[in-house]
Amino acid sequence: MKNTRLMAVAAAAVLALGLSACGGSASTGTGGSGSTGGSGGSSAAPAADAAIGKIYNPSTTKGGTLRFGMAGDWDSVDPGDTYYGLSWNFLRNYARTLVVFKAAPGAEGAKLVPDLATSLGKPSDGNKTWTYTLRDGIKFEDGTPITSKDIKYAVARQLDKDTFPNGPTYFNDFLADIPAGYSVYKDKNLDDLKSIETPDDKTIIFKLKTGFSGFDYFAQLPATAPVPVAKDTGTKYKEKVVSSGPYKFVSYSQGKNMELDRNPNYDPKTDPESGRLALPDKLTVELGLNAADVDNRLQSGGLDVDIAGTGVQAESQGKILADPTLKAKTDNAQAARTWFSVLNSDVAPLDNVDCRKAVVLAYDKTGYQRAYGGNTGGAIATSLMPPNVPGHADFDLYNFKAKPQGDPEAAKAELAKCGQPNGFETNVSYRAERPKEKATAESLQQSLAKVGIKLNIKAYPTADYTKLYAGKPDYAKANKLGVIIYGWGADWPDGFGFLSQIVDSRVIRPSGNTNLGIKVPAVDAGIDQAMAETDATKRDTIWGNVDKSVMEAAAVIPGVWAKGLLFRPDTITNVFVNDGFTMYDYAAMGVKQ
Amino acid sequence: MSSPVELEPGGAMAPPEAVLEGAKHIEGRSLGQIAWTRLKRDKVALTGGFIIIFLVIVAIFAPFIVSVLGHPPDEFHQELIDPDLQVPTAPLGGVSWDFLFGLEPVNGRDLFSRILYGSQISLLIAFLATIISVFIGTIMGVVAGYFGGATDAFISRLMDIFLAFPLLVFALALVGVIPESAFGLSGDSLRIAVIVFIIGFFNWPYIGRIVRGQTLSLREREFIDASRSLGARASYILRKDLLPNLIAPILVYATLLIPSNILFEAALSYLGVGVQAPRATWGGMLADAAKWYQIDPWFMLPPGLAIFVTVLAFNLFGDGLRDALDPRSR
Repeated sequence: MKNTRLMAVAAAAVLALGLSACGGSASTGTGGSGSTGGSGGSSAAPAADAAIGKIYNPSTTKGGTLRFGMAGDWDSVDPGDTYYGLSWNFLRNYARTLVVFKAAPGAEGAKLVPDLATSLGKPSDGNKTWTYTLRDGIKFEDGTPITSKDIKYAVARQLDKDTFPNGPTYFNDFLADIPAGYSVYKDKNLDDLKSIETPDDKTIIFKLKTGFSGFDYFAQLPATAPVPVAKDTGTKYKEKVVSSGPYKFVSYSQGKNMELDRNPNYDPKTDPESGRLALPDKLTVELGLNAADVDNRLQSGGLDVDIAGTGVQAESQGKILADPTLKAKTDNAQAARTWFSVLNSDVAPLDNVDCRKAVVLAYDKTGYQRAYGGNTGGAIATSLMPPNVPGHADFDLYNFKAKPQGDPEAAKAELAKCGQPNGFETNVSYRAERPKEKATAESLQQSLAKVGIKLNIKAYPTADYTKLYAGKPDYAKANKLGVIIYGWGADWPDGFGFLSQIVDSRVIRPSGNTNLGIKVPAVDAGIDQAMAETDATKRDTIWGNVDKSVMEAAAVIPGVWAKGLLFRPDTITNVFVNDGFTMYDYAAMGVKQ
Repeated sequence: MSSPVELEPGGAMAPPEAVLEGAKHIEGRSLGQIAWTRLKRDKVALTGGFIIIFLVIVAIFAPFIVSVLGHPPDEFHQELIDPDLQVPTAPLGGVSWDFLFGLEPVNGRDLFSRILYGSQISLLIAFLATIISVFIGTIMGVVAGYFGGATDAFISRLMDIFLAFPLLVFALALVGVIPESAFGLSGDSLRIAVIVFIIGFFNWPYIGRIVRGQTLSLREREFIDASRSLGARASYILRKDLLPNLIAPILVYATLLIPSNILFEAALSYLGVGVQAPRATWGGMLADAAKWYQIDPWFMLPPGLAIFVTVLAFNLFGDGLRDALDPRSR
């Protein structure tokens, strides 16, 4: 008979996707109208960007339930096993670290303040030894005092990356003399771990392999949140994390939901500097939601915060921007992230700096910006380091501002200098699952063609992009991936946190790289200089110079300094964007009563 | 299940009895003539047929048409796009005399020329895949039907296996791991070849089953017996006696297979494993449009209508063709 089966399959695939889209449309409609109806009685008139650099709807009223929603799931809620920015932001509610980013609006939020410690770290021995002293009266949720041994144990347990694979590896990389394959579950008494010392219950000393002036940024990692050795259940600890902060676990069901209420043994007097307010009585997190659904529920009042903190989905963004009442409830927050493309110096003729300069001059800057959502998606980047990272210096070496569409004449002059007056041919790679990167590749192809540089577009699976393709120098070289589309967000707003993993040529490995072919001696030298500098202001200036060296060598197409469009419902008070996490601060937010 | 198309064996060659009576207005008419007369009366099928011819001509001459009525398919027109909302500033998705079907959001590419270039990919893949299916299916079906026994059992089970295959999942996996170059092909041509192969190679059992059923009934006929008793070998009987009588059902089911292949290619492109950017495909455009339906629903119309019209035209024509060739199978 007729070939109905195949047709049914194919039609179903097209239809199912189309229909699900239609379903979303209907629910958005009702959501939008509901929220406009409910906003009549609001006390402060909402305005766009009202929570950037200042507090929107300030309040000290305690009580209520703050409802978070999350598309997908955490990597882990165990402070020793998480690498999500949202997680680092949120867990300040149930975990205290040695130092912490202050819960404050504006630039102050990117500043480290002591939390469990009485002051920032005290370096000695050329920044190789760092000492912290703990405050008095700090307690776990069961009332037992927190000692330096609990912090040592917390740092030690997460060194075991087989048990805790998600977190950052900074302590593994920097602590001195860690035995290979070290695990606290084989060394219960921590006899083999010599590089963390606890001479008494109030003092903890870290010893590093090499001097590192920015160690306080490591001390703010969730890994330094104390864990009582008796309560550690390894991978199961995340089901019942023992709280040291203002809230404790009531229930947590992985992938479904989480509920926290007040920790009676948290004493705000022991926490004078972090800026935590702990206004709501209860925090709830719904997990495993659909991303579009989260946006719709924020608008209809069914949720208070999208915990992801990266902004609304592309499809909601247009709708929100087109509606002034909705747009007034948004904050277009600067992220510590740049969407850029590497000009791979392994691939001829891009090994020649003049050829790289030609590309940087020729590409269409507005086209790159459009690919990431236009003005709302971020500003045209003139260098690699985003403006909210301390040390960022404003410079525009290639006149991007004067020629936002590209400068073909200047590019042709550079091409002539590098001996390719008629242009050349190379490949551009992007991550197949990312439509914005596809749009970027198309835009680069169009604009570079105007000066005779022919780009062939290659898509690779996101999951293996750095492991097998663009991040594997042998593969990238053999397949002539001259332009590699990529993006990078800082682990924390600091030159080291942002730049070191993407521009230092000495971190290049046989595969799995995040430096995709930048080899500039001046950059490497600058990094060494910055890591040795103890004075924070001077250090920031050096990082700014490193950024400049990258641009002088035309090692990257800078692209876009990313922004996210955060939605701020009327239900929340005391809202502001924390520059340390570049999203709403989850430790200071309250609920309208 | 199968209603055998009982065609008059060797109809074109047998001398019609009516001629002997000498009445001039009664003529012997071949199968093709009879079918054509019936098809001419079927206005719906004819419309479908004309649309198909139109689409094929448009696809072939796409570069010429675009040079007159459109803009190059990859050319950006970002000055016509709102920098904040990312959609065309003009109403109706930017439809104008300059851009007949409007503009793509973000980059402002001309949808008219992208639809036209997309038709090349859709039709090319659909036709080539159908040819492969028909070729394999016919051979397997005739062999299974004619020889019967163990051969039939083996081929029939093979068909069952192919029918049970989760084709879409397999296609997603296979297209996802296509290397840079293989079999002397690279880039887009390699991808097209692989997609054609997947769709064609896994679709032959449908045609195969029809052909097998027809062959089973045909091989019992007298003219086959006659051929055999005159000493014809199996290969001769397959080629000269069976195949000509199978042309009609093969033609019909090939016509009906093409639209399903167009849909399948669109589904693959929609899921992002079709032909690579920046080359336009209907399914890929539909996938892009799905992200914009809230603020620029017009973007969805051109690719959606293109798929709809093409599939409908092929189906109408195919149904009409079946009615014309074999009225009893309705």
